Amino acid sequence: MIDATSLPRVLAAASGRPLSLAEHDDVFGLARPVPAFLEELEASGLTGRGGAAFPTFRKAKLLRDQRGHSKFVVVNAMEGEPAAHKDRTLLAANPHLVLDGAEYLAAAIGAKHIVVAVSRDNPATVNHLSHAIHERERRTLRGAKFELHTPPWRYVAGEESALVHWLDDNESLPQYRPRRPHILRIGHAPVLLDNAETCAQVGLIARYGGQWFRSIGTTTSPGSTLVSVSGAVTRPTVMEVALGTPLRTVLAAAGADTDPQAVLLGGYGGAWLDGRNIDVPYANESLGSLDATVGAGIIIVLPRGACGLAETTRIARWMANESARQCGPCAFGLPAIADDLQRLTLDARDATAAHDRLLERCGVVEGRGACRHPDGVVRLVRSALRVFADHVEEHASGIPCAAARSTRHFAAVPALEREEELVWE
Amino acid sequence: MGVRRRIGGFVLKVNPILCDGFGHCVELAPDLVRLDEWGYPIISPTPVPLSNLAALESARYAVRGCPRQALAIERVADVQS
Ligand SMILES: Cc1cc2nc3c(=O)[nH]c(=O)nc-3n(C[C@H](O)[C@H](O)[C@H](O)COP(=O)(O)O)c2cc1C
Ligand code: SF4
Ligand code: SF4
Repeated sequence: MIDATSLPRVLAAASGRPLSLAEHDDVFGLARPVPAFLEELEASGLTGRGGAAFPTFRKAKLLRDQRGHSKFVVVNAMEGEPAAHKDRTLLAANPHLVLDGAEYLAAAIGAKHIVVAVSRDNPATVNHLSHAIHERERRTLRGAKFELHTPPWRYVAGEESALVHWLDDNESLPQYRPRRPHILRIGHAPVLLDNAETCAQVGLIARYGGQWFRSIGTTTSPGSTLVSVSGAVTRPTVMEVALGTPLRTVLAAAGADTDPQAVLLGGYGGAWLDGRNIDVPYANESLGSLDATVGAGIIIVLPRGACGLAETTRIARWMANESARQCGPCAFGLPAIADDLQRLTLDARDATAAHDRLLERCGVVEGRGACRHPDGVVRLVRSALRVFADHVEEHASGIPCAAARSTRHFAAVPALEREEELVWE
Repeated sequence: MGVRRRIGGFVLKVNPILCDGFGHCVELAPDLVRLDEWGYPIISPTPVPLSNLAALESARYAVRGCPRQALAIERVADVQS
């Protein structure tokens, strides 16, 4: 049993190697059937840890109410964000906790199959998972059957409709969903898709109950969450923190700069937060008033002296390249936005015009893709123009800062691949 | 019995994956659609009242005229007219 108020929870007993099934049972207790599981899940108030923070109970209930005997639970361990390491850290420590959660969800909605999806470019995690799944097969349990799937790594491959598309038809391309909520399907079978960390939290809630879960965190954002801290830190870290902890405390615990210029929260489709605001509680209800979110738990620390516009340009350029190029506004709009940013940052003569074009193009692109990939870029860019407003003015008045040309970067951005090298299947 | 009252409204929706930016929709429904700088349609998400017969008619033309069958009319329950 894990003590209700102690941390870590999902990372309990993490030791640098995955816990075996027997060790896992010792640490967390046996995963017994829980008849009132959905009630406990509702009482817990758990929200998805994959980015959108949607209530996990509501999704599970929607899927339970679907007809069909062959439903799927999909565990999303794709971790498409280059600055995120939480799912792989979790799976390298407590893979069985994630699998437990998936089993509870499958039992609750009546699913016969559990798919664990992890990118094939992440072989260590693939190994941990196949080992863990193999270990469970020796248990004689009648329940859902596990399958491990390994789509290619792409930013949008972890988007839910793209992942389900890959499982259904081997292409990591998002699908058009005109009406929400939309029930994703593999063949005709309805799919419940949850992030790996969400499943691990479910594994704890099933064992210890909803009230146990709520004993840390805030009323609206209960429980703990994993954060991946990088940028101006001694060492990039994954930590488990109680939601609502002041961001400054989180940064200090991670060994990060606690007097930063700004912090990128959520991920590459997230938002910059001004360094003056780092006393804000790390929870969506508080961050929301500053137009930021917890998102997928990414925290990138930007020190003073670095150029936030240059960082944003690199991220936007890479995100544009990761567009699945299915939708015109995303395929053409994101590169145009990245070009504008680059002009604003490096080309003093065109900076003012580029700034106005950027704002206009953000408005044109927003909400017009089949998935939310372009909306994330728009959010990131708008937040950069807001948080680095003084800096924007400097660049626009013809003095691009020296840091803009520096080769020292804080946000990890993979090398750009050429369009014909991008693998989608 | 008798008169069927037209309550509610509609929005014209484009499937951005199917749409190839041929731009026929702009010609068929100029009041509902405009094009962005790359030639893809921008359609206002605010519902149009069904009582606006001319708009509904042009939306139907656009749906039929789209070479990629990317457009659909979606009924919405409430609109302010
Ligand atoms: C462009 C894009 C990329 C995404 N990538 C991931 C990802 O790599 N891993 C993930 O868990 N969720 C990702 N998501 C969020 C998923 O679509 C989905 O909301 C989430 O996995 C649902 O699980 P949750 O309710 O447990 O958070 C992405 C979303 C978008 C729009
Ligand atoms: S919005 Fe972009 S990433 Fe999403 S489906 Fe369309 S082209 Fe692909
Ligand atoms: S007519 Fe159809 S394919 Fe052409 S721009 Fe309009 S919606 Fe797109």
